[in-house]
Amino acid sequence: MTQQISLPGSAMDDPGSEQLGLFLYQMQLLRRFEEKTGEMYTKGKIRGFLHLYTGQEACAVGALNALREQDQIVTHYRDHGHALARGVDANRIMAELFGRVDGLSGGRGGSMHLYDVSKGFLGGYAIVAAHLPLAVGLGLAARMQKEDRLALCIFGDGSVGEGEFHEALNLAALWDTPVIFFCENNLYGMGVRFAESLSTQIPKLAAAYNMPAVSINGMDVLEVYRETRKAVEHCSAGNGPYFIEAMTYRYRGHSMADPELYRLKDEIEQYRKRDAIEALKQHMMERGMLDQAGWEDVVRRVDKAVDDAVAFADASPEPGLDTLYGNLMAEPTDD
Amino acid sequence: MAAMTVIEAVRATLDEALGGDERVFLLGEDVEAGGVFRATEGLVAKYPGRVLDSPLAESSIIGLSIGAAHYGMRPVAEIQFADFIHAGFDQLCSEASRWSYRTRGDSWLPMVVRTPWGGGVHGGQHHSQSIEAYYAHMPGIKVVAPSFPADYRSLLKAAIADPNPVLFLEHKRTYRLVKQEMEGAPAEEVIGRARITRRGEDLTIFAYGLMLHESLAAAEQIAADGIDAMVVDLLTLNPLDRETILEAAKATGKVLIVHEDTLTGGLGGEIAAIIAEHAFEHLDAPIRRVAGPDIPPMPFHHTMESFFMPDRAKIAAAARDLAAY
Repeated sequence: MTQQISLPGSAMDDPGSEQLGLFLYQMQLLRRFEEKTGEMYTKGKIRGFLHLYTGQEACAVGALNALREQDQIVTHYRDHGHALARGVDANRIMAELFGRVDGLSGGRGGSMHLYDVSKGFLGGYAIVAAHLPLAVGLGLAARMQKEDRLALCIFGDGSVGEGEFHEALNLAALWDTPVIFFCENNLYGMGVRFAESLSTQIPKLAAAYNMPAVSINGMDVLEVYRETRKAVEHCSAGNGPYFIEAMTYRYRGHSMADPELYRLKDEIEQYRKRDAIEALKQHMMERGMLDQAGWEDVVRRVDKAVDDAVAFADASPEPGLDTLYGNLMAEPTDD
Repeated sequence: MAAMTVIEAVRATLDEALGGDERVFLLGEDVEAGGVFRATEGLVAKYPGRVLDSPLAESSIIGLSIGAAHYGMRPVAEIQFADFIHAGFDQLCSEASRWSYRTRGDSWLPMVVRTPWGGGVHGGQHHSQSIEAYYAHMPGIKVVAPSFPADYRSLLKAAIADPNPVLFLEHKRTYRLVKQEMEGAPAEEVIGRARITRRGEDLTIFAYGLMLHESLAAAEQIAADGIDAMVVDLLTLNPLDRETILEAAKATGKVLIVHEDTLTGGLGGEIAAIIAEHAFEHLDAPIRRVAGPDIPPMPFHHTMESFFMPDRAKIAAAARDLAAY
């Protein structure tokens, strides 16, 4: 099972072998979890709309591990990887995808609406860019409460065309709120290349709202981790928001229903050659931090965790219709 | 206690809420200067850092409130005119309304969105709208629309204390028009309850906001003809107080529903359906509605605006017809 780690030291500290081992384990977990998820979809265990994260693992693992326990996360609908990297229970995630009682929201949310308040994981949002203002609100609350807590707001390149993207960036900078805007640019908003729907470059937009804005290699978990650590330090020091564009790539279609007519198989193969898991594996092997037996152990542990998650989900009962009306409204308290 | 106008009641309640709870803060367009209708006048000086001028970004005003409310703050957002709120429709309806539901009560949103609504001020198409039906349709959001200053005071207080998102509608025509002696005035403290404001035996009129006042005036007019109308102030539009609605409908057997919102898909249809489903045998006449015509905007010209708005004369005429049925 994944676990959240707490990281002392500054952004410039390079992660040691233990931490790299965790990154490797988590990335493999995210990969295998999604492969299994796709399989369960074709078996009819998972219904509805399913968006797989395969290929983008370095973004979630690098960014989420740079956070602290008190930090909050809001993200988009391709959210399984973010939840896993935050240490949300894989069993309960899979159960939610199955729509079962033990799922994170007991079958109310499904794939796109995972949440775990106890982990500061405030959800996947399937209205593109709608969660950006929420993140600024989370940051504003932290600022008003004088608490060192930031919001990591993860969204895709498709969000940039939405008005709320611009409203949220402006407000975050204007009110000095501790928000890390983390754009996973996987090149496509469904089937449209982002360059065909944007007249400029994404970091230029962010910089125009007066915040540090960088574009990084989102296929390199170390680069993502280091840059997000910098962003955490920036926000934590009261310097307002920070913007990261992580260039990445999804190996699978937009959703399971996507026939992928907009790109060539060659393009996918090119990106697979830059695979984040392979890169970290090599990096570690070259430095004597990992050998073949160690790698096989990672694979074995991940396979077991994913198989366990499926077994857990499968054993969990379907929700009773008597739960349908619960928590429609919060009950007034004396608080 | 002295008499208060609606706007004074709103301001006094905001002042009290800011003074009584450090988690409460106001945000919206121009709120530091007091806002277009002066609802927040003087508050920034008294509570610096807790009355925040926002950019013109309605969606984010509401979205920020969600984020802040989740983390223990109690935002009271102002949307300058109800006509502008639709830019934030998604935040209220797709996000705020289901927060408690999707988290199964692990988190909740004690947030209020206040906004001035309604016509009769020559505001034309983008400053006169009745927006309540769109939002009252959404489970998970409470929609409150009082009529009298004492209820504005008690229900805005209740809205700020409520752990759920509340859309608090303030009829802009009544801000300074309606004044009430607060001492001893009935003040509903619970969101979700309607009030029988005037007892009567011949027919029942349901209304809210400015139309409640017009309905009361109409009831006095027809009383001169010997027609005794009951008038119900709905106060909360979501959830509707079905119990009081049915009690009041059964009491007279004749129902007239009044709103200035356009007829089709307006709340009148929902109220009529509740009565038709649950009090059919008590009815002595078809349910009548007096509402705005199905024209997209309220026109600017004063004669056309008057034609659009229901008023005491139109309500009285419909009531006489209904009483004679």
